[in-house]
Amino acid sequence: MTKIQIPGPEVFDEMLHGDGARAHYQAYLDWLQKTPDASLEQKRLEADTLFRRFGITFNVYGEEEGTERLIPFDLIPRAIPHSEWVQLELGLRQRVTALNRFLHDIYHDQDILRAGIIPAEQVLTNQQFQVAMMGVDLPGETYAHITGVDLIRASDGEYYVLEDNLRTPSGVSYMLENRKMMMRLFPELFLAQSVAPVEHYPNLLLDTLQCASEADSPCVVVLTPGRYNSAFFEHAFLAQQMGVPLVEGADLFVRNSCVYMRTTTGPRQVHVIYRRIDDAFLDPLAFNPDSMLGVPGLLSAYRDGNVVLANALGTGVADDKSIYPYVPDMIRFYLDETPILNNVPTWLCRKEDDLAYVLENLQQLVVKEVHGAGGYGMLIGPKASRGEIEHFRQLLKQNPSNYIAQPTLCLSTCPTMVEEGIAPRHIDLRPFVLTGREIRMVPGGLTRVALREGSLVVNSSQGGGTKDTWVLEGAPC
Amino acid sequence: MLSRTASNIYWMARNLERAENITRLLDVTHNMALMPNSKGGRQELLAPLTITGRLDQFHERHQQVSADALMDFFLFDELNEGSIYSCIQAARGNAHSVRDNLSSEAWESINTTWLELRHRRQKGISHQGVKGLLEWVKQRSHEFRGAAYGTMLHNNAFHFMRLGTFIERADNTARILRVKLEVMTSQRDNNQAIDFYQWNALLQSLGAYEAYHYSYTGGLSARNVTELLTLSAELPRSLRYCVGAIMNLLSAIEGNQGLAAKRLCAELHARLEYGQVEFILDFGLQNYLNDLLRRIHTIGDEIHRSYWEGA
Repeated sequence: MTKIQIPGPEVFDEMLHGDGARAHYQAYLDWLQKTPDASLEQKRLEADTLFRRFGITFNVYGEEEGTERLIPFDLIPRAIPHSEWVQLELGLRQRVTALNRFLHDIYHDQDILRAGIIPAEQVLTNQQFQVAMMGVDLPGETYAHITGVDLIRASDGEYYVLEDNLRTPSGVSYMLENRKMMMRLFPELFLAQSVAPVEHYPNLLLDTLQCASEADSPCVVVLTPGRYNSAFFEHAFLAQQMGVPLVEGADLFVRNSCVYMRTTTGPRQVHVIYRRIDDAFLDPLAFNPDSMLGVPGLLSAYRDGNVVLANALGTGVADDKSIYPYVPDMIRFYLDETPILNNVPTWLCRKEDDLAYVLENLQQLVVKEVHGAGGYGMLIGPKASRGEIEHFRQLLKQNPSNYIAQPTLCLSTCPTMVEEGIAPRHIDLRPFVLTGREIRMVPGGLTRVALREGSLVVNSSQGGGTKDTWVLEGAPC
Repeated sequence: MLSRTASNIYWMARNLERAENITRLLDVTHNMALMPNSKGGRQELLAPLTITGRLDQFHERHQQVSADALMDFFLFDELNEGSIYSCIQAARGNAHSVRDNLSSEAWESINTTWLELRHRRQKGISHQGVKGLLEWVKQRSHEFRGAAYGTMLHNNAFHFMRLGTFIERADNTARILRVKLEVMTSQRDNNQAIDFYQWNALLQSLGAYEAYHYSYTGGLSARNVTELLTLSAELPRSLRYCVGAIMNLLSAIEGNQGLAAKRLCAELHARLEYGQVEFILDFGLQNYLNDLLRRIHTIGDEIHRSYWEGA
């Protein structure tokens, strides 16, 4: 039997509680304790070989072009009791609904700004705010068709939203491949317990994208920057699973304000573009003129309503870290409801009082760039050296509005296979929320795990791994 | 289908076919190099370099033509675009960017080949032996073809893949034939033993040795070898067979594109279908092959123009 390291009392562990397992993990723990070391190790090697053969890899920027790496996959699943997921799902629906309402509002009447709920300059001077979207009416008033909400569970056992990813959230392919791998390696676990299925996600996604267009039988494509992009595997995977073409910018062109793709039988009109390219690269005529990834004229076709972009242009303003603190206010303002999911308390460094507090308490806080992502450009106070803290102090003073700060939340842990055996490692959760005629999601999402001991950074670009995520139906809680 | 996708699939197949062709050629060269020089062993070493037009590039890197240097150059040299390593790398790159259009078994097959090839390259040639490496490449090529035939939809993507295979194959057969012919006519002393080994090598490198003996009784003759490799309707590497396949594939591809390629191909195919070996030999095989290669290249250019530049 593998030795399982018991987590300290100061963190919330998803599986272990005191001496034993939490109720919904009991069956799994019993199985784990009966499974010999060697057999687990052999399964781990098998998973590695298979992932490599399938080419389920990601590319790391800054390394030699075309360097493909595996995302470490951990064999121990993260399990969530069904009743808990029901609450999360309600909260996610509420939150994504409010965010879409917010986006429609700021690009139209701007009620929320006029009501003084969010300072107007916060929105209007935001780099992610797209003036070109003002007054543009989108089908169904949907801006974020696909949202990936990052949730963590803190030591108090409560879930908190860490950020809302409304631009091009990635990771859903790993959610699907992880499940496939687990079912292949451990079929007996799935016979013994009822794990909610996730495999229908591509169908839901295709349906969401088709519904986003008012055309009769809309032609949907996935737009990728190409095979050297870090998430290329996912782009190809989703295109294949949905049975739609995977296109690059050069495959598309605009004529008479309509978008076409170049096919072997001549031009074919495209109605919906699931784009995995940032706003700034979409159209070299409207944005970054050096972009080789985009399609000249796309913006004007889009504004004329002849093509749907998913997600819409300009959604970034709503997942910006400086707007994040206002999401609970949005929920109250648009829906007149009490927010179900917690926000992490956040200090906005552009406010003088907040900045003073942050500068005084750098050792305890996490400082993030407002537009940052991928775990780059952040300071984790309790883990930082004195030099790093001083460096950030200077950065904060030079450009305070570029930063926010939050208390260092201790992410919950989950037992994870590491070199020494099985030990607690910090995890988060990214469920994927699809907005079409209705809001739909598959149970669970992607669980990311920080593999280094004590690390709180779960991003794959920073050495994070992933786990299969189980929503256990009928499990005791 | 998307033009870029069609182009990538076509080039994937061309690169794979190129890798397989060079493998066959090296296999024969390896055997011939073991022969005493008096039987033409030395000459044989030059063949892969002249056929692929890489003699100068080889000399930039290696002073002498030796079996070892040659194997290294064609197996694993990443600076040689025509090496097996480079061809498979390029093919895998093509496949990677359109992997959503391949069946997962076809994709996994080519991806596994690439991963294992890198591994084998690290281990080095001497560790595994040339023969074993070449056998392995051939087997991987067969496996990919099997996976693609057995698991992909036989639709446009599949047709473009085979189109790439047969264009590359036709080109290869014509080139090999042309170079071998030159070698043999330059040997004025008309040594029958050398002739025998040369014809033998030619047939082996096109996988046609058994086919020859099945089709013709008696020994090897220039007439029969030429007939088999140019005009046979049954040999999968003969020029007629390849051009016929290209013609059928072009008409199977959906849409009205590619008229010029279709016309040129049908014309060429008629010449081969109704061709006679006596006429070819009277006309001069060298001239005949030069003309044929030109026509195949034009067809390739037309495919480019109409399917991936036309839209």
